[in-house]
Amino acid sequence: MNVARVGANRIRPYAANGIQECTKRRTFKKMNSRDKILSAIAANQPERTALADISGFKGAEENLQNKYAAVLTAIGGRIYFVKDENEIAATIAAQFPEAKRIINLVDNLSIGNFETVISDPEIHNLKNVDLAIIKAKFAVAENGAVWITEKEVQPRVLPFICEHLAVVITDGIIFPTMHEAYQKIATLEEYGYGSFIAGPSKTADIEQSLVIGAHGPRSMSVFVKV
Amino acid sequence: MHESTKDHAALAAEFNKDEQRVNWHDETLWWIRQKRDKNVHQLPEWEALREAASQIKFNVLSNLHDYLLQFEKNATANGVHVHWAADAKEHNEIVHRLLTEHKVDRMVKSKSMLTEECGLNEYLAEHGIEVIDSDLGERIVQLAKEPPSHIVLPCIHKKKEEIGDLFHKYLGTPANVADPQILTEAARQHLRDVFLTRRAALTGVNFAVAETGEFVVCTNEGNADMGAHLADVHIASMGIEKLIPERKHLGVFLRLLTRSATGQPITTYSSHFKKPRKETPIHIILVDNGRSVQLGRKEFRNSLKCIRCGACMNTCPVYRRSGGHSYHTAVAGPIGSILAPNLDMKKYKDLPFASTLCGSCSNVCPVKIDIHDQLYKWRQELVKEGYTPAAKTISMKLMAQTLSSPTLYNAAGKSGRFVLKHMPFLVSNKLNPWYKEREMPEAPKESFREWYKKNN
Repeated sequence: MNVARVGANRIRPYAANGIQECTKRRTFKKMNSRDKILSAIAANQPERTALADISGFKGAEENLQNKYAAVLTAIGGRIYFVKDENEIAATIAAQFPEAKRIINLVDNLSIGNFETVISDPEIHNLKNVDLAIIKAKFAVAENGAVWITEKEVQPRVLPFICEHLAVVITDGIIFPTMHEAYQKIATLEEYGYGSFIAGPSKTADIEQSLVIGAHGPRSMSVFVKV
Repeated sequence: MHESTKDHAALAAEFNKDEQRVNWHDETLWWIRQKRDKNVHQLPEWEALREAASQIKFNVLSNLHDYLLQFEKNATANGVHVHWAADAKEHNEIVHRLLTEHKVDRMVKSKSMLTEECGLNEYLAEHGIEVIDSDLGERIVQLAKEPPSHIVLPCIHKKKEEIGDLFHKYLGTPANVADPQILTEAARQHLRDVFLTRRAALTGVNFAVAETGEFVVCTNEGNADMGAHLADVHIASMGIEKLIPERKHLGVFLRLLTRSATGQPITTYSSHFKKPRKETPIHIILVDNGRSVQLGRKEFRNSLKCIRCGACMNTCPVYRRSGGHSYHTAVAGPIGSILAPNLDMKKYKDLPFASTLCGSCSNVCPVKIDIHDQLYKWRQELVKEGYTPAAKTISMKLMAQTLSSPTLYNAAGKSGRFVLKHMPFLVSNKLNPWYKEREMPEAPKESFREWYKKNN
């Protein structure tokens, strides 16, 4: 907020007095669109109103695993509660016997013929990835989403371009709602890119018929370590 | 934009020629409204969330100047290039200039109603740049050379058989295939090739955060991410009202948006773009195009709180039975009818009248915009400015005279009853708009006043 105030003090003196002051200041240059928009807004915006206090929004902490499982299943995802990496690897091997190119970004998942490092800088070559296995920080019970950031998932396109997606919630954390999710995000390392992913890619654009597998993965499996 | 000289009533009449289609359109949208209700009713805090969202948006409008500066500062610090466009023309010119600088003549675009508002595709086509819309619904209407008819469900007016014919013609699917599964798969293969070969991607913006300089794009299909992550340059176009103050407020808005739109708990992808990938710039264009003027209209500025969920369209009895194209503007339905007259009062003078004022739109609006009140206020504004048709103005004046004079009122009642009884052909004809789609009522023998005089 302080940042904004500093900026405001810089602009306000002439913005408040309208366009005349502004043209005086920029004698050699026509007022640009940025200044035009900002001075119009300063002149037209209503009196300041207070921000809502949203600290009261909280979800119930009970039964989060069941709730998450129910919502994820309803939006077309698959849920697996697992003990350890071995169980994840075994499940994946059973679920995706046909997968030829598998990229795995999860530690200690060692069985099978997984690529763990993407050595090719040409991201377009990821178009033939059958399965990507990635880590997520946490999941959200109310909507089935997982939160991923660029830190764990490189390159950004991987969880979108793969035919199937498997996500491991390494710490097994499930938050009730998006409010707790954003509280957690505020404590994590800053990201360049982050995304909530909730289920496989889908569309209902043709007569509202739900079709799974629009442009992104045709399936999403979430593994929660318990 | 498809220009039309016909008004909403005339375009709705065209849509209404096919009764079965109207019924199907009506029922499909009502079904989405019901999905919304089912999902919303699971949250006891729903009304509190709406109230919070409304207050946050009011705060944004009351402090937009500072929030925009804060956003610009933080986005720039994140390595994102910020551009300002006063109007549609300038927005289109900026996009064109950026594409020219990157030597790109083919671009992939995910859904952005703002670019529809600005007529970007047409502008770029005139300058030799091909744009492919990657949202399935938008691609379908693009192939059909039509504008979207709904902001969330662009081809909701199209039957799967029509889509099958389009795909047969343009994407080489077998003739007479109308299975949504097969058609979607064909679109997936076609657009995958587009994503892999286009070096520039344009996306819309659902929310931009002043505090962090990031912006959020929501899709179910993953098309915004596929486009942006595979291209060499990402351009994001946003209306200046899309700002929210802090990141934690996304919690409120992401909970409201998709539940209101389609009855899903959240879109499949809610992607937060903060910094560019290595050597792949992000340009964000902040577009005014009449918004700062609307901000100054005390009665109408609330419309700028809109988060474009489309709930008001799905619930509107007029929209459901007249179709999105009858509104002849980028954003159709109740919200479009209060946004469009701000841009061009003369061109969109019919839209505030395309409503029953039932108030259902205001009831479902996740940010509590008083849509039906604003429709009513726009009508008053339009009458004051002289934008109503002469016939309506004259008949309203006659009506006012009649209602204010008991003698005239009695005489009018008597002659009305006489005509309905003895000369029904005078009113039951095409010249009487009230007779369209309706039976005229049977006339009573006497008025209440006459009956009362006799019996008391």
